[in-house]
Amino acid sequence: MSAIILKDLDISYGHTKVVEGVNIEVAEGESFALVGESGSGKSTILKAIAGLAPDWSGEISVLGQPRGRSVDQGFATRCQMVFQDPYGSLHPRKSVDTVLSEPLKIHGLGNRDARVIEMLAAVGLDQRFRFRYPHQLSGGQRQRVAIARALMLEPKVMLLDEPTSALDVSVQAEILNLLKKLRREQGLTYLMVTHNLPVVSFMCDRMAVMNKGRIVEIAPATALHDGSFTDPYTQSLYAASGGNPDRKD
Amino acid sequence: MSHSHQSEQAPLLELENLRVSFPTPQGRVEVVKGLSFTLGRERLGIVGESGSGKSMTGRAILRLVRSPGRQQADRMVFDGIDLAGLSERKMRDLRGARISMIMQDPKFSLNPVMTIGAQIAEALKTHETLARREIKSRVLEMLHSVRINDPERVVNLYPHEVSGGMGQRIMIAMMLIPRPDLLIADEPTSALDVSVQAQVLDLIDELVRDKGMGLILISHDLNLVARYCDRILVMHAGEVVESCAAEDLHKATHPYTQGLLAAVPRMEETREELPVLDRSAWSGT
Amino acid sequence: MTTMTNWLLDDSPSSRLQASLGHSYRVTRMLMRNPLAVVGALILLVLILAAIFAPWIAPHSPLGQNLGQRLLPPSAAHWMGTDELGRDIFSRVIYGARITLLIVAMVAVISAPLGLLIGAISGYFGGWVDKAMMGVTDVFLSMPKLILALAFVAALGPGIENAIIAIAITSWPAYARIARAETLTFRNSEFISAMRLLGASHTRIITGHVLPLCTSSMIVRVTLDMAGIILTAAGLGFLGLGAQPPLPEWGAMISRGRAFILDQWWVATMPGFAIIIVSLGFCFLGDGLRDVLDPKQGGKS
Repeated sequence: MSAIILKDLDISYGHTKVVEGVNIEVAEGESFALVGESGSGKSTILKAIAGLAPDWSGEISVLGQPRGRSVDQGFATRCQMVFQDPYGSLHPRKSVDTVLSEPLKIHGLGNRDARVIEMLAAVGLDQRFRFRYPHQLSGGQRQRVAIARALMLEPKVMLLDEPTSALDVSVQAEILNLLKKLRREQGLTYLMVTHNLPVVSFMCDRMAVMNKGRIVEIAPATALHDGSFTDPYTQSLYAASGGNPDRKD
Repeated sequence: MSHSHQSEQAPLLELENLRVSFPTPQGRVEVVKGLSFTLGRERLGIVGESGSGKSMTGRAILRLVRSPGRQQADRMVFDGIDLAGLSERKMRDLRGARISMIMQDPKFSLNPVMTIGAQIAEALKTHETLARREIKSRVLEMLHSVRINDPERVVNLYPHEVSGGMGQRIMIAMMLIPRPDLLIADEPTSALDVSVQAQVLDLIDELVRDKGMGLILISHDLNLVARYCDRILVMHAGEVVESCAAEDLHKATHPYTQGLLAAVPRMEETREELPVLDRSAWSGT
Repeated sequence: MTTMTNWLLDDSPSSRLQASLGHSYRVTRMLMRNPLAVVGALILLVLILAAIFAPWIAPHSPLGQNLGQRLLPPSAAHWMGTDELGRDIFSRVIYGARITLLIVAMVAVISAPLGLLIGAISGYFGGWVDKAMMGVTDVFLSMPKLILALAFVAALGPGIENAIIAIAITSWPAYARIARAETLTFRNSEFISAMRLLGASHTRIITGHVLPLCTSSMIVRVTLDMAGIILTAAGLGFLGLGAQPPLPEWGAMISRGRAFILDQWWVATMPGFAIIIVSLGFCFLGDGLRDVLDPKQGGKS
């Protein structure tokens, strides 16, 4: 069974189409990247899958279940998302404990204290952070909390929207390591949006390159090692990102 | 390189023991702790993570540290002028005219209700008195030199009508039109796409070289700074931990610099796990 | 004492209780650094104490007439003098605090939550919900407060309950506007999206996540508005449409004292002072609260 299937997906904002004719199939357990520059529509696809961009046509299904137009509770337990901005994705007046208990409360799950403690350990946050507020946390710690919140319902598919682009490189390394570890331990499927090709090289198995709302090329991440891309746009993106097609490793 | 013989002349900027502090409930905390460097007509990169004090250094050179922040230096001399002793009015004349600064996001730096042409002309008029026709031709020439293809059309546009990359090029035009001697660029491209990033930096690089200006490029991106600068200062917690020529960056000796370099994912990544900085190793806390 | 403070200011609280107590402690401590806010808080404290302990504080009955002691100037026996029916003005002002407090509290309890809810719903959903709700709000906002209150009281009949209802009806639209504006700033933010993705219902998001963010600016605004509410209530009382005699309402007292303002100035002036001082108290406290609670004004670490 495929984790995510997108068929002939069109997404529009008002009268402008921002994504056109996208077809992607992400296998279960795979880590797949959507790569492109700003305005390429890559984040919009994530929003549509999450149910936050209602104006789409085509087919979206996650773990074999086609998704409806709005957010539903069953979907929440299968698929979750981590957002780009660690400063905007946490409620400024809620403690870490409240943020992490909230999903359990929504779904009426018990044993909250134990689950919160367990999850904090899983994302590498010390227990003393449990009752702190977001303004008492650094960017990397906030992003760990956001990841923990997404994992509270034990979803199998994670949508990652530039999860490290707002972080310092040393913190980025920690978060990328964490995401990789969590995927290995919990058998997660990742669909990650990023503009950073080296991050794709580290995190992902395959990548789709987007330009102006369309997918121009789907390639294995190993193509980044030697720059074996066929599409001219991909090649220029690769060169601008510091890739050297002549280098062999 | 053409810069080497120039640096033997009197330096463009001398900074000795620069300190910037901010008050907190626990007392004043220094975010820049005794920074010293000498800059000729060359390209200096200041690298560090957030909170390292790199941006505050840039602002302090222009004396733009806002209250309640406080700055002091044993020596802060720009081209023979003592910046620390200058009156606020003289300092204002110097800012923009002889030292310019490019900020991170053009969206917040451009006035949304003024056309681009008018804004660039404004930047020129504050520092020089010129005939209207001459101003116009200087503006068009400047826009042309930042590679805007159709300057006659662009001067009549408003900031929201241009893309991020073009907005940043317009900012550069605005900052460079009074022909400053020193350009401070604080993360000039981190809000831009990679393909535009290279264009903007190449442009800054070219203009700086052509006009023989000094450049301070402040960024979090080690590789980018290494590519566009002659010399690099690595800052951590308000202090310079490493100072080296750009080409020797990979030979960096300080564990913090080495850690930063190693933590960046590579295009041909084969590591299973990225090395993580062990902060306790040198910060001593 | 220091261990208590340390426990409250602990960076890593070990329980929910400690975290929330620590938060309140920090807010209080910041408020205490602002001398005007402390003055405001003290005035309100005096008002509340006066209202609670009125029978013990007041030397005379607020209603008992003594025609032999009409219009006496302030003296040791009657600190603020007596009015035209020989009633002790000081006692009436003290008892008047109960009425003022009642009006203020009732208006706050009715109009603030109403405005908050309408504004939050309007801002959160947007679209036609927003248009319809804000249309109604604008109709109310477009009319002067006192005139609208007058119209309501005239329709409902004079009396303190009706005055409270009239003032509440005229003051919620301003709160709805503030709550809506506040909601609009974060309705598209990622933490709201994250909540929707977790399967939270709209009701849950509005009550649990949107409203808590609007409350601090609402508290500030309501506190600042209290002065205006007191003045409106006094205005209604002055016009004879609020509290009815013989209730010792400050506005009505001024109205009665108007006839003797030149010869027996204290009859109108004493309740006037009470109104001014209490209004100022609310303003000072509101300003102080804004500095502490409103994140846009800075003051956060």
